[in-house]
Amino acid sequence: MSQPILPPTVCQRWLGVQQPSLFEKGSLGRRALEMPAWDGGEVAVDLPDEARRAEPADLPDLSEPEVMRHFTLLSNLNHHIERGMYPLGSCTMKYNPRLNEQVAAMPGFSQLHPAQDAGDMQGLLAALKLLEDSLCEVTGFDACSLIPAAGAQGEYLGMMVIRALHEANGDHDRTEILIPDSAHGTNPASVVLMGMKPRTLKSREDGRIDLDELRAAVGPQTAGIMITNPNTLGLFEKDIVEVARIVHEAGGRLYMDGANMNAIMGRARPGDMGFDVVHMNLHKTFSTPHGGGGPGAGPTCVTAELEPFLPGPRIEETDGFFDFVRVPGPGDIAIHAWMGNVGVCLRALAYILRNGGDGLRRVSEMAVLNANYLLKKIQGIMPVDHDDGCLHEFVASGRVFKQQSEVRTLDVAKRLLDFGVHAPTIYFPLIVDEAFMVEPTECETRESLDHFVAALEQIKREAESRPELLQTAPHATPVGRLDEAKAARDPDLRFLGPCNC
Amino acid sequence: MIPDDRKYTQEHEWVQVEGDAGVVGVTDHAASELGDIVYVDLPDVGAEFSAGDSVGSIESVKAVADLYIPVSGEIIEINEALDGDPALVNNSPMDDGWMFKVRLADPGELETLLDAAGYEDLLGK
Repeated sequence: MSQPILPPTVCQRWLGVQQPSLFEKGSLGRRALEMPAWDGGEVAVDLPDEARRAEPADLPDLSEPEVMRHFTLLSNLNHHIERGMYPLGSCTMKYNPRLNEQVAAMPGFSQLHPAQDAGDMQGLLAALKLLEDSLCEVTGFDACSLIPAAGAQGEYLGMMVIRALHEANGDHDRTEILIPDSAHGTNPASVVLMGMKPRTLKSREDGRIDLDELRAAVGPQTAGIMITNPNTLGLFEKDIVEVARIVHEAGGRLYMDGANMNAIMGRARPGDMGFDVVHMNLHKTFSTPHGGGGPGAGPTCVTAELEPFLPGPRIEETDGFFDFVRVPGPGDIAIHAWMGNVGVCLRALAYILRNGGDGLRRVSEMAVLNANYLLKKIQGIMPVDHDDGCLHEFVASGRVFKQQSEVRTLDVAKRLLDFGVHAPTIYFPLIVDEAFMVEPTECETRESLDHFVAALEQIKREAESRPELLQTAPHATPVGRLDEAKAARDPDLRFLGPCNC
Repeated sequence: MIPDDRKYTQEHEWVQVEGDAGVVGVTDHAASELGDIVYVDLPDVGAEFSAGDSVGSIESVKAVADLYIPVSGEIIEINEALDGDPALVNNSPMDDGWMFKVRLADPGELETLLDAAGYEDLLGK
């Protein structure tokens, strides 16, 4: 298929021309690399007929430069952290240092197969054990599992160990998990998947946990509580020690959603606050690539009391030899093949060792400083309801635009794309009207923060003078306003051939 | 103008009496706040609920919101049209976008709900 020739007048939007897929490009017989001929004769493959292909797979025939151009072009169509600011609150889009990639690609790590003998992978196992120990030190816990493949699976594992503890104690009726309404949306989902019941706790006016509400909610049915600290409003739960006392006295355990560890690392430890379990998202706090549905990692740390309920295999060191150890008996459960997404874990270890303890503390300090700088600047443009000392993120409200000229927060977010800034998280958390949730991370310079503020100031002026410009934004991106309702309701996720038939 | 032929809740639902049943939907305000609605999860016909129970959910491009039942009783009909065309809720929240009908277990409960003037006050706050 030939590319359409574009008139120069549309060069600004040339990226917007729909690109053919890899299957529509190339030509029969093109190859990126030649594999050596196999001279070992017929190989007997022990597969049942229904698992065999009747015909060879219809893979595209492409040269290496074609493949490189294809994917480089796709990445140019996208907004990403290597192109511009990405202040997506709660999601923490931070830069992925190249050094992490070099470490993960070292042959001693990357060329191993998980089924090899432990003796062949002592370096890898030592590195993973070092990461476990480092994460325990950062969080103040006794044991760590690197296996969960994402933050949500870390939550799931957290619920699993708490449930297993209650079952082991004969507390079969402890099935209720308390969740403040400022929590991440995945929390209640993890609870339900684990066969327990979520119960929402309404926050106080200042956005923090209401102790009276908590005291009234705990009882013999309480399995535990899930708390994000700092919470999604970017606020530290100041009463956390009292919260821990109330929940523990009622017989429950405390789970911390450590998604926001990047705000307190090196300053405060969940283990010291009274938590029993924490998960971390390595991409948020330790600069690994955002999983985005691909390989992520949500290591989960627990107290000694909960350690026996962690899934296998565990890494153990005996006289300097590292080995996989399975847990004996019915408690031996697996939540992922092998050791989880090891490549992601190695990137996090590289980041931890490169920064050291002082460096990690400074990462958090800079993330908090950047957020507070933006908070003060943005308060002149739109209201921030909970502004008593934010940590790594804050939530402004776009209601001022709506009152002014029927411009919604969605329109402001779309217009920001025209300034080369990805939109912040919008309409979450639900407890703030027209929420506009900003998290700059420590990666941004003062210049890029100022650019973001200047863009918002201009958008505020446009909302008064030319609201239609915002309501139809974005204008300078490869594609304009998308039909989100259709995308959610009627997704077309499979390539069915050039005619899509 | 808020129609005065029905009752309203703090959670922005409306209920209109039809014989011994109540027709329930969400208000104009709720539909516009939610934005483009992509899915409505309705209760099963025959299920019984108490006033204030969460009986389903409304998913928009912005968020998922709980759907509460304003009065107690048994679900006798749901709006099947919403399954194929959830945008009905945006286009006609007070009419074609109704959600379900409930057999009123206690018509007295209606007295505890807001009238049009009360609901207008709520929106004005």
